Parts: sequence; structure tokens; C-alpha cells
Amino acid sequence: MRFTLKGAAAMLALTTALAGPASAELTGNLRIFFNDQNPAPRAAMEGMVERFQAMHPDLNIELTLIDREANKTQIRNYLTANAPDVNGWYAGNRMRPYVSAGLFEDVSDLWEGPMGEELASTLPALTLDGKQWGVPYSYYQWGIYYREDIYNELGLTAATTWDEEKANCQVILDSGRKCYAIGSRHPWTTGGWFDYLNLRTNGYDFHMELTAGEVAWTDDRVRETFAKWRELLDMGAFIDNPTAYDWQEALPFVVNGEATAYLMGNFVVAPLREAGMTDDTLGFYPFPEITPGIARAEDAPTDTLHIPAQAQNKDNARAFLLYVASAENQSIVNEVLGQLPINSNAEVSDDKFIRAGFEMLSTAPGGIAQFFDRDTDAEMASAGMEGFQEFMMFPDNLDDILNRLEAVRQRVNSR
Amino acid sequence: MTQMTEQAHAADTRSWWSRNQMRAAPWLFLAPGIAFFAVYVILPIFQSFHISFYRWDGLGEATPVGLDNYRQLFEDRAFYVSLRNNVKWLLLYLLAIPAGLAIALFLNQQIKGMRLYKSLFFFPFVISQVVVGLVFVWFYNPAIGLWNPLIGLFGFAPMNVLGNPNTVTYGIIAAGLWPQIAYCMILYLTGLNAVDPEQVEAARLDGAKGWKMLWYVILPQLRPATFIAVVVTVIGALRSFDMVSVMTRGGPFGSSRVLAYYMFEVSLSEYGFRMGYGAAIAVILFLIMLVYIAFFLWRMWRDERAA
Repeated sequence: MRFTLKGAAAMLALTTALAGPASAELTGNLRIFFNDQNPAPRAAMEGMVERFQAMHPDLNIELTLIDREANKTQIRNYLTANAPDVNGWYAGNRMRPYVSAGLFEDVSDLWEGPMGEELASTLPALTLDGKQWGVPYSYYQWGIYYREDIYNELGLTAATTWDEEKANCQVILDSGRKCYAIGSRHPWTTGGWFDYLNLRTNGYDFHMELTAGEVAWTDDRVRETFAKWRELLDMGAFIDNPTAYDWQEALPFVVNGEATAYLMGNFVVAPLREAGMTDDTLGFYPFPEITPGIARAEDAPTDTLHIPAQAQNKDNARAFLLYVASAENQSIVNEVLGQLPINSNAEVSDDKFIRAGFEMLSTAPGGIAQFFDRDTDAEMASAGMEGFQEFMMFPDNLDDILNRLEAVRQRVNSR
Repeated sequence: MTQMTEQAHAADTRSWWSRNQMRAAPWLFLAPGIAFFAVYVILPIFQSFHISFYRWDGLGEATPVGLDNYRQLFEDRAFYVSLRNNVKWLLLYLLAIPAGLAIALFLNQQIKGMRLYKSLFFFPFVISQVVVGLVFVWFYNPAIGLWNPLIGLFGFAPMNVLGNPNTVTYGIIAAGLWPQIAYCMILYLTGLNAVDPEQVEAARLDGAKGWKMLWYVILPQLRPATFIAVVVTVIGALRSFDMVSVMTRGGPFGSSRVLAYYMFEVSLSEYGFRMGYGAAIAVILFLIMLVYIAFFLWRMWRDERAA
């Protein structure tokens, strides 16, 4: 790494920030807009702020919690008028509109310090146009959460290949159950299936080219992905009427044993535990291999904090982001969140599923994708997931769907 | 003549305010309303026209693209789906009027406890549209809802009303009709109070009863109520945004969108960054409404002239 003045400054900032309240106490204001009001994220964020406050007693910190969904539309307003100093958002292409409009602060200077090395695994996800635009605090794995007890009862073990997966599914179907729960009323859940089928069929590089809009949707490789999906649809592997449920409403199928598995992010564990699932009845395995020999890649969406370009107290914000990135903070925060820390020196919680996710992601040779709607352009994401939703209901419409998606891709690229 | 006015002028030494009070007062009272209407309703209409000629993500620079947005719109299948759904809404929503009238006629009796029944029928209009939407989502839910057991009683196979592109719009309209019928009912109930009992008596002496009584004696007297019921129902159908948003978000795959929702989706929703395109949809929706508004104004003007 090239040693630059900026880097030196960032390193200095880091050491002083970590040296605790004795030195370089911050004063003035720090306004934070955090994008989650759910109990765990709320506690995590409030803890972060509390500890930072203890380090800088004279700093006036104001924390506003915004509903996760509401933030997705409100961000446009608050970034352009009366911006906070720090705001919550997501990595990947999801940052693009705000980066292009010059609404996010370039924080490459923070990444040039030691922080950059500790967070190196997510550097690509935070990089657009060769610069970094935010700092991650947590991420979580996607994979197949399954009813271990029912698998045992049927004498099945978690599949590692596509053929095994289908064979298992056939046994499950024969026992009068469905293989997979899914609620596609809000179509993003279908994005997870597409991501994994495509990552496993065509590999990480192809998936990234496709989501970046560099490959046609009518490409034969894309059709191959959908053909794999169709194999499951033709078996009747998914629960009936997925469009009638959102992802939470599809949980009872798993809890009641009407469906034995759920492809989801790790946030599915908390509600399943609340519904009575235990580490004995609920298991986890990575999505099985489809094309032999393709390097295994995974979806692991990263949650991030950013500094709006119009922030008033950018120095305080930078100091806060450095603290957010620190190993100490990420260990605590992710213990509370039940998710994975990004800092390579941070401790991973001792939970069964977090351990499994950590194991899976740290050994993924193929790469880490964010998620369909974070890797693609916003318009493409919306059209794509709508197309997947339609495909699951009417697989015969595939040609029509792909032509439509290709038209959207060309329009997006022509901008 | 001129001399007289001049004299009057000279004699009138009162201030401008006291001379013009009568003429100025209404405008002063109207001023806040006019100002807000101009800034928040009239001006945005022209802004929409303006934005619809640009490609703009709502954040960065806007690029002028001429009529591109409209050209795209007329090739966009989703636009036609939304338009067709708007027509379905408009036609089926009008069922609220006869249904409201029927219930009003039924409830227009002197029975003990009638007020309670009336308020029960009026209840759906009182609760918020969002709640109505949620209740119907649960009602239709194929796993836990009451709808499938209900139609099962009549031997019908279970349906996935909101998940099926062929039934979803009707499912939402049915949910929307529930409060709308209550609204029309209350309009007719007040109308029925104003029906002249002497005319009814006279008609009865002439031997009118049943449908004839309704058609030739009661309904003509309910004309003002019918007029208002049509107006509010048509407007309700055209702004059927909230039900769609709450119940399906336009899904599955866009088959329950209406123009207002599609406009929101492309420009303001989670993945929507096409302000220009959204504005073009808004302009089309505005033009459609304009036809109706023009008809409405023309009728008002005609009625007032006749009066």
C-alpha cells in the first residue's frame, strides 16, 4: 500500500479515537439517522452511540431511528435537505444513485488507514468509481435453513449437490410435505433464489456481469439458470400460492412442518426461534453445488453507514465511523444483532447459525455478492424480481419475461 | 351624470378600506385558500408537464428528452395494464351507488334500535382504508383466511385471490367497495329524510307502488344525493392508490397496478428513480380526469343556469 499523507492522517485519527477519552475529545454535534427500529438493531445502534458518547462526553450526539422501509424513500429527502452527519444505507449498487448525485461523502481517506486492511473483505462492495463511500458494520449470510428433525425422521442429510438436493426433495414431497417455503408477495424473496441458482450454475463472475448489465438477459447461460429453477417448479417443490404471503407469513409453513426448508438470510433465525424452533430442530446448510467445479460464491448483504455530502460535522462523523469499524465495537454490535462482524479482528458470536455462516463465508472461494437488488440498478432490480415472481407462477412465460428484462437492461445501459 | 359621480366621489371621504370592504372581504377570506391551492395544486400540475419532458432521477441533473417518456409510455405494457385496471375500478366502483341505495331504502324504517343498525352499516366508512385493506388481505389469505372456507361451502375450489393476476384487481375492488357502499348509503339516507311525504301519499292514492313508486317518485327527489354519490365514487375510483398499495403493492408482477400506483412506483418507491416517466404518467392521468372534471363543471353550470 502506498503511504500517503491522507493515510497517515487517518491512521492518526484512528489511534486517537481508540485511545479513549483521555485524548482528542470531540466537541460539537453529531446527528445520526439510523435505518432500523427493530429491537435488535435498535439496541445495537444505541449501544454504539452510548459507548462513543462515553469516549467523548462533550459531544452532543443526536440519534434518530427511522423505519427500515421508510428510510428507503426518505433518504432522498434528508440527503438533499437538512442532512444528518451519519446515515444508514446498504453497500453495492444500491449506493449508486446517491454517489452519482454527489450526495455521499467520499470516505476513501478512512479506508487508506489500517481500517482498510481490517475491513478488506468488503472493500469491493463499498467501492464505486474507484472510491469508497461508506463503512460497513455488519453482514449476514444467506443459505438454506431446514427442519433438521424432519430430515432425520426421513433419513435425509443436507445436500451438497444439485442431484442430492432434488432427491431429498422428492422424498420430502412423497412424505406429503413441500420442500421450500417462500413468500413472494413482495417479490424480493425470489431474488435470493435467482442469485443462488445463477451463482451455482454460472459462477460469481458471470453473475456480477449480469447484475452489472453487461450480459444480455436472453443469453443461453441465463436460460440455463431458469431451467434449473424450473426443475424444482415442475416437481412442485415450493409451497402453493407463494404470491399470497410475505416472507414472515411463510414462516408458519416451516414451523408447522408443512415445508421443510427456507432459503433466506440469517434474520430468519430470530422469528423461527420465537416460534419455538431450537438448535435441534433447525439446521443450516449452504446452497448446494450445481455446476461441478464452479467456485462457491455466497450472498451476504452488508449493512453500512455513510456520511452525507451535506453533513455539518464531517470530522465528528469520520471519528464515529472509525469507531464503528473498530474490532471492539463490531464484536459487541454483532453479538447484539446476531450477525457477522466485518472487521477481521472482531470476535464472532458463539451462536450455531452465526458460526455456520462465518465458516461458510470465510471459506467461500468464489466471492461475496450483496443481493440481487443491491447488485443491480434499481430499475433493473424491480423489473427483475417482478419477472422472477411471474416465472415462479407461469414458467411458460419465460421467453416473454426475458425479452422484457432485456429491454429494461438496454434502456438502463443507454442512460 | 359625470358631475354627479364626481360629486359623489368628492363627498365620499371614507378610506379606501371602508369604501371597498364589501367587495374586498370575500377575496381576503379566500386569499389563504387560493394561495395554497395555487402553490400546492395548480403549480405542481404545470411542473409535472415540465418534468415529463426530462429524464431525471430526482437527485442529480435532469436531461431534456423531448417526448421520449410518452413514446415509451405508449409502448409500455405495464401502462396498459394499469389503464385497464383503472377502467375496471371506475366501472365496478359505480356498483356502490345502487348497493348503497338498496341498503338505505332497507334501513329507512321506523324500528326500535334502527340507529344502531344504521351505524353498524356505516362502520366500514369510519375505519381507515389501510385497515380495510389489511382486513381483506387476511380475509383472502389462502392459509388462514375466511374466504376459502366460505366459498368451499358452496362447492368452489380454494382460490388465491390476491396472488392470481386474473382475480387480484377484483379482490381489491371488492375491498374498496365495502366502505364506499357505506358512504353512498349515508348520502341516500339523508336524501330519503328530505323526501316529501305528501308526494309519496299522493302517488300512493294514484296507485303507484313498488318499482314504479321508486322510479318515478322517490328517485327523482333523490337526484342531488345521486349526483354527489356519483362524484365521490368516481373520484374514489380514480384515486384508488391506498388500497392497492396496502394490499398488493401492485403485484403479482404488476397486474393490480392502477395509474396512480404505477406513477408512484416508477418515480418515488424503493426502486423508482424515473421522475420524468412518473410525471408523464401523471400527465396522462390528469388528462383523463380532466374529461370527467370538465363534464362535472359543465353540468354544474347548466344546472345553475336552469335554476
